Amino acid sequence: MKILVAVKRVIDYNVQIRVKEDGSGVVTDNVKMSTNPPDDNAIEEAVKIKEAGKAKEIVAITIGEEKAQETVRKALAVGADRGIHVKVDNIIEPLAVSKILKKIVEKENPDLVFMGKQAIDDDCNQTGQMLAALLNWPQATFASKIEVKDNALEVTREIDEGLETIEVNVPAIVTCDLRLNEPRYASLPNIMKAKKKPIEQINASDLGVDINPRIEQIKVEEPPKRKAGIKVASVEELVQKLKNEAKVI
Amino acid sequence: MSVLLIAEHNNKEVRPFTYNAITAASQINEDLHVLVLGHQADDVAKSLSEVPNVKKVIHVDNEIYENYIAENYTAAIIKHAENYSHIVSSANTFGKNLMPRIAALLDTSQVSDIIKVISEDTFLRPIYAGNAFATVRSNDKKKCVTIRPTSFDPADKSGGSAEITKSDPAEASSSTKFLKKEEVKSDRPELGTARIVISGGRGMQNGENFKLISDIADKLNAAIGASRAAVDAGYITNDHQVGQTGKVVVPDLYIAVGISGAIQHLAGMKESKVIVAINKDGEAPIFSVADYGLEADLFEALPQFLSELNKLNTIQK
Repeated sequence: MKILVAVKRVIDYNVQIRVKEDGSGVVTDNVKMSTNPPDDNAIEEAVKIKEAGKAKEIVAITIGEEKAQETVRKALAVGADRGIHVKVDNIIEPLAVSKILKKIVEKENPDLVFMGKQAIDDDCNQTGQMLAALLNWPQATFASKIEVKDNALEVTREIDEGLETIEVNVPAIVTCDLRLNEPRYASLPNIMKAKKKPIEQINASDLGVDINPRIEQIKVEEPPKRKAGIKVASVEELVQKLKNEAKVI
Repeated sequence: MSVLLIAEHNNKEVRPFTYNAITAASQINEDLHVLVLGHQADDVAKSLSEVPNVKKVIHVDNEIYENYIAENYTAAIIKHAENYSHIVSSANTFGKNLMPRIAALLDTSQVSDIIKVISEDTFLRPIYAGNAFATVRSNDKKKCVTIRPTSFDPADKSGGSAEITKSDPAEASSSTKFLKKEEVKSDRPELGTARIVISGGRGMQNGENFKLISDIADKLNAAIGASRAAVDAGYITNDHQVGQTGKVVVPDLYIAVGISGAIQHLAGMKESKVIVAINKDGEAPIFSVADYGLEADLFEALPQFLSELNKLNTIQK
């Protein structure tokens, strides 16, 4: 089997983001960037499947500006075999991302496409499902467990009510939840080795897909701030406040 | 043109967030139709026809809709999409799984997780775990929108009498098979709609200690939540997780116990009306959003909290 894993470069999950004063977005200059956390789970799962002898090749792909390559390089350091970087200069919407990925899937013919269930920047949670639709492939979203069977996957999905298990035939798209596995750290020798692995560069404009935005971002603003609260000295005081001041119990 | 809302239900009852989505959908356009895809879900169609905001119910009955197979649902929804300007569902795991598949086939860029309807094409939505709000305008002819249920009040459930029309199923997918659902049954209120939520974090130290939380939840008729750390550590099941990648809750009272307050957790609870934090680390970021903070060892504070509650003559339920 061949697995394509899509990774996205986002503002690091530990960074407290700041909204730009002109309302055009959030500050990204001199801000720590890293791989979207559930995309790390997607890579890890692909590597585990390969280590179990059930996959032959892992290709990591990212779409973004020049520096987005760092995420592919990181994926190569934890076990992907080669990389693809589709260059775009602007932020593009999940629909455009899925159209680009479709082109790459048609070229690479993977059996599986893995990615994180949602990017922690735009919080859209769309790309995997959209790609599945465009390819007319089955989708297994929010995966917390994947079992590889003959030409099929048994996937446990995290849903609001608990867990759901479905079986999808290969080829399939899987979007990964944070509890799917524990992503490994790249060792120094593997980081060095990853530098020699190939990353193919493709310009999005050469793929012949419409990636123009359909959604206009009119304004980005800070959410309303909560008023500062108080510290109470004792449990007794807390209960009295909840009863008599906040009147919620 | 009209709005088509995809109902979430379990073939017997309407799932509660559908009513919140109805409120939002009817703010987009009053001519709101609801699509019920299910198996022997006549009661669901009937309940929805009684919602005053609903103008028409389309009911498709077939065994292939017994479970939410996104592939099967999508094919049926696409069949009806032509007549509508907007297709809408709630932004929980049901709608998140389903809507992008529909949007891609309609070649429309989905607007996810809206918290406010500004006009038919303009919406407010949180980004970066709710640390920024974006006002966005969709320029697609047909719009696919998912709605953050906790940002809209549930619609009135009775008084209406919309027409119910039957429609034919679409083809079933042969590549996806439902195997099983492990639902955690509980007599407690649902986390997403509970008036009071009490959540535990890593500070609980193990699953057994969640008994301290469940005792208080029983007393307050509260739902039980958890931070991602507590779920990852196996203290409690995933359906309890509150946060950016879990559930968003907006109860009247949210009690965070032994939760430090990472950005990702705050994303799921900081809109709660009253927030209480109990944590022994006075510097924990959770205190920055708490209305009432108690710097204390939770293993002493929780039993005291229960005994103080027991002293009260009345407790709101």
